[in-house]
Amino acid sequence: MNILYLLIGVSLFAAIIFLWLFIWSVKSGQYDDNYTPSIRILFDDDEVKEKEITKK
Amino acid sequence: MEIQKFNYDNAIVRNFIWATVIWGAVAIVVGLLAALQLAFPVFNLGIEFTAFGRVRPVHTNAVIFAFIGNAMFAGVYYSLQRVLKARMFNDILSKINFWGWQLIIVLAAVSLLGGITTGKEYAELEWPIDILIAIIWVTFGWNMIGTIIKRRVKHIYVAVWWYLATFIGVAVLHIVNSIEIPVSLLKSYPIYAGAQDAVVQWWYGHNAVAFFLTTPWLGIMYYFLPKASDRPIYSYQLSIIHFWALIFIYMWSGPHHLLYQALPDWVQALGVTFSIMLIAPSWGGMINGFLTLRGAWDKVRDSAALKFMVVAITAYGMATFEGPMMSLKSVNAISHFTDWTIAHTHIAGMGWNGGLIFGMLYWLVPKLFRTKLYSEKLANTHFWIATLGILMFAIPLYWAGITQWLMLREYNVNGLLAYSNFIETSSRLHPMYVLRIVGGVLFLVGFLMFLFNIIKTIKIGALENNEASEAFALVNTDKRNTASETMHRWMERKAVRFAIFVFIALVIGGIVEIIPMMKVDSNIPKISSVKPYTPLELAGRDIYISNGCYNCHSQQVRPLRYETDRYGEYSKIGEFVYDHPFQWGSRRTGPDLARAGYIGSSTYKTAIWHYNHFNKPLEMIPQSIMPAYPWLTNKEVDLSMLAIKIRTMQMLGIPYPKDFDKIATEEYLKQAQLIVADLKASGVQVKPTSEIVAMIAYLHKLGKDISHAANKPIK
Repeated sequence: MNILYLLIGVSLFAAIIFLWLFIWSVKSGQYDDNYTPSIRILFDDDEVKEKEITKK
Repeated sequence: MEIQKFNYDNAIVRNFIWATVIWGAVAIVVGLLAALQLAFPVFNLGIEFTAFGRVRPVHTNAVIFAFIGNAMFAGVYYSLQRVLKARMFNDILSKINFWGWQLIIVLAAVSLLGGITTGKEYAELEWPIDILIAIIWVTFGWNMIGTIIKRRVKHIYVAVWWYLATFIGVAVLHIVNSIEIPVSLLKSYPIYAGAQDAVVQWWYGHNAVAFFLTTPWLGIMYYFLPKASDRPIYSYQLSIIHFWALIFIYMWSGPHHLLYQALPDWVQALGVTFSIMLIAPSWGGMINGFLTLRGAWDKVRDSAALKFMVVAITAYGMATFEGPMMSLKSVNAISHFTDWTIAHTHIAGMGWNGGLIFGMLYWLVPKLFRTKLYSEKLANTHFWIATLGILMFAIPLYWAGITQWLMLREYNVNGLLAYSNFIETSSRLHPMYVLRIVGGVLFLVGFLMFLFNIIKTIKIGALENNEASEAFALVNTDKRNTASETMHRWMERKAVRFAIFVFIALVIGGIVEIIPMMKVDSNIPKISSVKPYTPLELAGRDIYISNGCYNCHSQQVRPLRYETDRYGEYSKIGEFVYDHPFQWGSRRTGPDLARAGYIGSSTYKTAIWHYNHFNKPLEMIPQSIMPAYPWLTNKEVDLSMLAIKIRTMQMLGIPYPKDFDKIATEEYLKQAQLIVADLKASGVQVKPTSEIVAMIAYLHKLGKDISHAANKPIK
C-alpha cells in the first residue's frame, strides 16, 4: 500500500495550503471583526441604483 | 478615500443559469431512463449506446458536473463579485470557463455513451478530457483568485473561503486520481493497480462529494440564504470554525467506501474515525443555516426560494448524519452494494444540491433580470411536487436496500442460504423500482414547472449585462494595485510568499515524477498463483469496462459468512495487483463476479451459458433485468491495439516476458480458438476475434488463479 504515502503526502500538502491560508487570514486581520461582515452583505448592493432613483 | 466606480459582469451569470436549467433537464431525463431500465429492461432499447452500463455514468456525470457544476459557477460568479465589490478578474477567463465547461460536458456525454471510459466511478472521462478539465478548472481558480486580489473589501466573506477550498480541493483530487498512461487517443490505463487504485479512486470519490457537492454549496448557502431571508447568518463565528474543521477532516474519510474489502484494516479504521468526526463540522453548517431563519419563518411560508433552502438544509443534515453512520462497519455491511447507498446519494443530490439550486435561482433570476418571479404559485407547486418526489424516490430505495440485504443473509434451518439464487433477491425489488420511477417522474414534472417559470421570468425581465456599482478603494500597501502593477511584481515583493508559490510549482512536478517510481516496487502481499491477464483476457477486460459492467457487478467478496457461502473465498489484496484500473464496483444490481472463473463457485458458468446469456438473458433467467448484449457476438476486437496495450502494461510494471508484445496476437488467437472450439462443441459458431470470446475469457479469469493450495502469500 505504498500509495498511501502518496495520498497522505498529497492530503498533507492540501492541509498545509489550508493551514497557510488560515494563518495568513488570521494575521491579515480577517477575523478581527466577525460580526459586521454578516450584516454588510445584506444591504450593500444596489446602492448606486437607489441613489440614482432618489436624485430623480 | 476614493470612491471607485465599476461594473458587475451579469452576462456570465446568465450564461451559467441557462446551462444549469438545460443540462438539469437532460440529467434528470437520463436518470429517469436509468430508473426505467432497472424496472423494465426493455428500456435498454436493444442498442449498445443506451444499455444501462452506458446510461448510468452519463446520468451521474450530468447531474454532478453539468447540472450542479453549472449552477455552482452561476452562484459563485454572482456572489463573488458582490461580496468582494469587484468585477470578475478577467472577462476572457470567464468566457473560457463557461464555454470550456460546456465543451467538457458535450464530450463527456458523447464519449461515455460511446463506451470510452476509464471505468473509475465519477472519474470515467478519458485522458484528453481530463486534461481539458484541469485547464478549465485552473482558469476558474485563476479568475477567482485574481478577483480576490483586486477586491475592494478587506474582509473576505466566508462564502469566498468555501469557494477557495473548492478550487484547491478539486484541483488536487482531480490531478492525482487522473494520472494515467495513454494507450491511444481514446484509451488509457491508470498508473495505480488494484487496492492502490481503489484507495486513490475513493479518496477522490469521497472528496468530490466534499469539494464539489458540499463546500461550494455551503458557500452559496452562506450568501443566498441571508440574502433571500434578509437575515444575517446566525453565527458568523461558527461559519468560520466549521469551515476550517470541515475542509481538514473530509480529506481523510475516503476509505469508508472500501470497508470489509481488500484493504489494510488500519486504513479502514482511519477512514471510519474521520468519517464519524465529520458529523460535527457538517452539522455546524446545518445548525447555522436553520438558526439564520429564526424570526423569519413567516417568510418561509410565502417564499418558494426559502422553502427549497429549508429542504436543502434538512437534507444536508440528514445525509451528513447518515453518511457517518454508513461508515460504521456493521451498518456498511448492509448499505454497501445495496440500494441504500443510492437512496443516500439522492437525498443529498436532489435534496441538498437540488434544493439549493432551485432556492438560489428562484431568488436570483428575478433579481438579476430586475423583475418579479413569473409565478410564485407555480414555484410553490414545484416545491411540493419535488419534495414528494424525493420522498417517493428515497423511501422505496431504503426499503429495497434493507430487503435485499435481509434476503441475502437469510439462512434456512439446514444452515444453507435461504435465497441461494441471487435473482430471487433482486426480482423482489421490482415494486420498489417502480415506485422509484414515480418519484423520479414527480421530480421531473416539478423541474419542468421550474424551467417554464424561469424562462417566463427571464422573458419579462431585462438583464443589465454590466451592472454599475461603486465602492471605496481598498487601501492596503500589501495588495496589488491592478492598474499599475503586474501580478508578478506583487508576488515578488514578499520573498516568503514568492517562495511558497515556487514551492507549490515544484511539488507538483515532483509528485508527477515520484509516483511511477513508488508504484513499481509495491509491498502489497502478492499471491504466487495470480498471473497477469493474457492478451485475450486483457481485451475482454477492456470490453467489460467499456460496457460499464462495473455499474451493476462488483468484483469483491467481503469476509462475511453470507458472502463467502454465496460466492466463495473472500477477496484478497494480492489478487488485484495486475488490475489497472480496479473493478470492485459499488453496487450489486447483479451478482458479484469475483469468482466467476473459479470452477465450483456458484457464479461459474460455462462458455455456452455466457454466450446464450449475453444474447438472450431473459431466456436463461426469466426475471433478469440485465440488458441483452447481442452486439458482442458481431463486434470484433481490434487486434492491432494489443501490442501497445501490452507495452503500456509492461511500463506499469506488469511482468510480461520480454518481447511479449510481438507474440501477443498469436497468443490471443491461440487462446481464443479454445473458446471457439468449446462453443462449437455446443453448436455455436463464432469468430475468434469476436468480442464475446474475449469477454468469456475475461469472466473465466476472475478468481481462477485462487485455489486453496496456492493461496499463500509469497512475500
